[in-house]
Amino acid sequence: MASLYFTPNLARHTQCPTTTLEARTVAELFERYFEHWPDVRGFVLDDQGEVRKHVKVLVDGRNMSDRKTLSDPLEADSEVYVFQALSGG
Amino acid sequence: MAGRLLVGTRKGAFAFERRDGSWRLANAALLGDPVTMVLASSDGAWHAAQDLGHFGVKLKRSRDGGATWEDRPVPRFPPKPEDEEDVDRTRGTPVPWDLKRVWALEESPSRNELWCGTIPGGLFRSVDGGESWQLVESLWRHPDRKAWFGGGADFPGIHSVLIDPRDPNVIRLGVSCGGLWISTDGGESWECRGNGMRAAYMPPEQAHDPKIQDPHKIVQCSAAPDHLWIQHHNGIFKSNDGGRTCIEIENAAPSSFGFGVAVHPRDPTTAWFVPGVKDEKRYPLDGALVVTRTRDGGNSFEILRNGLPQRHAYDLVYRHGLDIDAEGDTLAFGSTTGNLWLSEDQGDHWQALSTFLPPIYCVRFAG
Repeated sequence: MASLYFTPNLARHTQCPTTTLEARTVAELFERYFEHWPDVRGFVLDDQGEVRKHVKVLVDGRNMSDRKTLSDPLEADSEVYVFQALSGG
Repeated sequence: MAGRLLVGTRKGAFAFERRDGSWRLANAALLGDPVTMVLASSDGAWHAAQDLGHFGVKLKRSRDGGATWEDRPVPRFPPKPEDEEDVDRTRGTPVPWDLKRVWALEESPSRNELWCGTIPGGLFRSVDGGESWQLVESLWRHPDRKAWFGGGADFPGIHSVLIDPRDPNVIRLGVSCGGLWISTDGGESWECRGNGMRAAYMPPEQAHDPKIQDPHKIVQCSAAPDHLWIQHHNGIFKSNDGGRTCIEIENAAPSSFGFGVAVHPRDPTTAWFVPGVKDEKRYPLDGALVVTRTRDGGNSFEILRNGLPQRHAYDLVYRHGLDIDAEGDTLAFGSTTGNLWLSEDQGDHWQALSTFLPPIYCVRFAG
């Protein structure tokens, strides 16, 4: 089960509790999360489904590489963090 | 006389109320986040558009005078086809099919419709009170839409949405940079009009092309909707024929550069502007903040300064930062310096409602 964590700064705007879900990619992880927490989608992804310019996603400590289709693979026990990028905004 | 004034700023939304003859700050809400547009709709609700930066654009609504706010659905652009060529021609960068800013929010009360103009240049309509939004595809897919380009913002946007009080099927838009657009069939089809506007920032052979004009703001006289006033990047223009043709007004001292414009709701010959030094400096001439007013359709202008700072004032008033109430006596404007002024006698005398707000994006009377 992969774990998904969000910056506390996002909790100021919408509920986004830490959750563990079965997922093979970041895209799957997000889609399953958004089934439970649909309002979070628009905070993390833009209208084209890409990671927002000023949002940073880390997969097991590394910046995710595919911010467009979110195809980065996950391990069974991956940890995914969603942060604010230290830019703009 | 107007009783409420909504103000959207870099750090939240503020409401001022007139009570016992004086104006006071009655509500501060959505603090800490930019509010780019506000609207008080005819059902008494207040709408606020936020730009959260990292987390995108959001819409909020309050039904209790700003005490509490609820999340509302946000307009969304459709998936961009892989082979779609859509490039901002000034910067050569792809136009994002992604909501960057709510730049206009208007109501068509007779139809219970909401209209939203955005950056990039999308026009959205809601026919269910904001429960859902539909992109006006006829404009987004219009081939000339791709001739638009960004000015102060990186991408072009729709900042003025004017619903004709006589016929809600007649809609006029102001686009920076993309000119003046008109639909007479409720948004089914669009034409770029505004012949007569002039763009000194373009090569001479393109200077009069209607679809590359930069009207900073367009307003419409409620009682005479064929009369429009336009604060353009290159000066002041007016139209007496509903925007089909425009006439340049060249005698507005101390400057015809600015962003905001207001027109009297019953007298189309009376309009107000807040001038600045053109066009890259953008501060009041000699540090003296003034409002200019014409009462004769632009043949002459008065310079109004009573109550406004006349030394070392460097306030810029954005395009949505000047408004007039429905009766036509009370005006208000707010500046990038966070100063907010109001006049109850058509600009003859001004009072400062606050001199320490965050930078002000928009000012709107709420009835």
